[in-house]
Amino acid sequence: MAPEEIAELLKKEFGDRVVDTTFDTSHPRIEVQAEAWPDIARFLREDSRMRFNFLRCLTAMDLLEDDKFCATYDLHAIEPAKDGKGPYTLIHGCCIQIRVPRDDAKIPSVAHVWRAADWHEREAYDMMGILFENHPDSMIGPNGKHPRRILCPDDWVGFPLRKDYMFPLEYHGIPAVTEMGQTRPVH
Amino acid sequence: MSWIENRFEEGLIITSLDWAINWGRRYSIWPMTFGLACCAIEMMAIGASRFDVDRFGAGAFRASPRQADLMIVAGTVTYKMASRVKRLYNQMPEPKYVMAMGACTIGGGPYFKNGYHVVKGVDLVVPVDIYVPGCPPRPETLIEGILRLQDMIKNQSLARDRWQGAKEKVLAASAPSYA
Amino acid sequence: MADVVLESLPDINTDLSPGSTDQQDFPTEEMLVNLGPQHPATHGVLRVVLRTDGEMVLEAVPHIGYLHRCAEKIGETLAPYQYIPYTDRMDYLAGMNNNLAFAEAVEKLTGLETEITQRAKLIRIIFAELNRVASHLVSFGTYGLDLGAFTPFLYAFREREYILDLFESTCGARLTYSYITVGGVTDDLPEKFVDVTREFLDYFEPKVIEYNNLLTHNHIFVKRTANVGIISASDAIDYALTGPVLRGSGIQWDLRKLPGSGYEEFDFDVPFGHGEKGSVGDCWDRYFVRICEMQESVKIIRQALDRLAGTEDQDVTHKKGKTIKLPADEIYHEIENPRGQLGFLLRGNGSAIPDRVKARGPSFCNLSVTERVCTNVLLGDVAAIIGSIDVVMGEVDR
Repeated sequence: MAPEEIAELLKKEFGDRVVDTTFDTSHPRIEVQAEAWPDIARFLREDSRMRFNFLRCLTAMDLLEDDKFCATYDLHAIEPAKDGKGPYTLIHGCCIQIRVPRDDAKIPSVAHVWRAADWHEREAYDMMGILFENHPDSMIGPNGKHPRRILCPDDWVGFPLRKDYMFPLEYHGIPAVTEMGQTRPVH
Repeated sequence: MSWIENRFEEGLIITSLDWAINWGRRYSIWPMTFGLACCAIEMMAIGASRFDVDRFGAGAFRASPRQADLMIVAGTVTYKMASRVKRLYNQMPEPKYVMAMGACTIGGGPYFKNGYHVVKGVDLVVPVDIYVPGCPPRPETLIEGILRLQDMIKNQSLARDRWQGAKEKVLAASAPSYA
Repeated sequence: MADVVLESLPDINTDLSPGSTDQQDFPTEEMLVNLGPQHPATHGVLRVVLRTDGEMVLEAVPHIGYLHRCAEKIGETLAPYQYIPYTDRMDYLAGMNNNLAFAEAVEKLTGLETEITQRAKLIRIIFAELNRVASHLVSFGTYGLDLGAFTPFLYAFREREYILDLFESTCGARLTYSYITVGGVTDDLPEKFVDVTREFLDYFEPKVIEYNNLLTHNHIFVKRTANVGIISASDAIDYALTGPVLRGSGIQWDLRKLPGSGYEEFDFDVPFGHGEKGSVGDCWDRYFVRICEMQESVKIIRQALDRLAGTEDQDVTHKKGKTIKLPADEIYHEIENPRGQLGFLLRGNGSAIPDRVKARGPSFCNLSVTERVCTNVLLGDVAAIIGSIDVVMGEVDR
């Protein structure tokens, strides 16, 4: 199924909760509302026309100029060959994007739909600070419940991949010298 | 030297205690298997078929720091790892030596700029005896580093306790909250 | 003379699984064991916290990030051709494949892919496959080490050095090549490369049989790996496992078989797990898939070397690679790495420096299954399971 048809089906099923679609690009994507995402994910996974069983990647992006964070889910649907012989075949792929405001970055977790999302969501929280609600591996931090950090230590300050991230000057007594006292990358 | 000639049996060797101890130490450097990143593959390569570091007595890679003399810090040290590096160093019995292998452990290497999570040189954490440059160093370079370490061991003396100063350096590098 | 009372010694055939009747006779306490970050069986700086009850592992929680080197942040400050060396250091056992994944992603984004000559494409395939063999050799050797066999390690590194010689003669580096760049490769092949490579392949192919005799069908090795750490096919897809770990679970899925991968004209099979020694998806299957893949790679390299004839006059380097501007667009591109699907998501903004570089490391996803597989296994099997997943921490943590 082409991405256009997938978007049509989603629009028929979920109406205006499918916010936007972009097809004239090398990465065709469908933008959906954050609140509707678990329902849409469940539909993508379980509907007989969709069967997206393979979550390839979850990318968190910082769109500073739009004052938004963006989470991109790349999905594949694969199935065994019809006659049971030969390699698995790719049915189709699609990409779902969710944009949330920077000051209230909350997306419901889909780790119960694709278990691969578990670590990806933890990474996205660690690097970008997007709060995945109801994540199975959550902990209570000073600012409330959030997924456990995965790459940085638990006591790390800030979210490194945000464009306005301030580099640490020391960590537990080890100085973090950077070139000419630089504290953030020049973009 | 008439006072010493013919006063001992055949086959007896006399030497200074320093020389004998240093000779034993420098040809039995046991490194710790402490692979952190890319350099660890080259460290494995010197232990394997072609380069065979056993020729220099440094091929007995120990899994436990308690049995090792040399810590080859092979790869990038991150802040999350730094406390472990230090703990492993403290667990090693003296005499102990540290080799900073590769650009990352010497000074951050390619991750110096914008590497928010990379320690800019392992000498900020533990005292380093030998720096082996390269990204990653070729096995020949690493063997050269081991030979230079042997030279260093050759020149040390029991009368001069080099570990006293090293201890002070470790204490200076550690902040109170840093375990 | 006091008799030794043998009856009081524990029976070595005791069933140690929780809840069994034997278990009730030997009450044990739960204990937390920290495996790593410095441990020879964890392939780098992986830390696994094991909750054990005697010899049984009840729960294994992997902790990663000890090698987090900020590669994605650095990617936002460098032009793509400057970023190529950082991709080398992600999966340092398969630098060529990583270069290829990133270079292809950039080329697809900028439309440069149409300008790459046939010769450059073939050279890329040759080096990607040679590096796959080298990477699987390390995996084979260190897997033997994990399970207590030292000799396979020496055998594997002997052959690997020959491959590294080929790389060295071409690009001068042993481990971090940066050879495959945006728009082609950095330099043409050296003289006699084709002949030397053929010589190596002739030498290498019988060696695989030697490995099989040495380790694959070794009784002790089979006992330690067959029926251990079984990953079912549905779990494998659910956790988005890729590469030999996915194929070991009986799923014949390989990106190289999809159209547009560049491998369409090559004749090769996709090996997958059959459960030959135990059940489908056990450690032995995952291990054996890698051994078979080495043979398939040799097939591909031979075909590619044949096709190189007559392309000598084509330019393999591309000057445009250094001056490209990335359009304000996104791309997500994946290729088949030795460990699985390595993906790069690139987002340009019209300048030469990308807005976002995301790397999807195959080891990262493959490792996430540890938590599921390492429950109710024996302590000694944890090393077998982690070794069979074959993680490279540089890629897990990036």
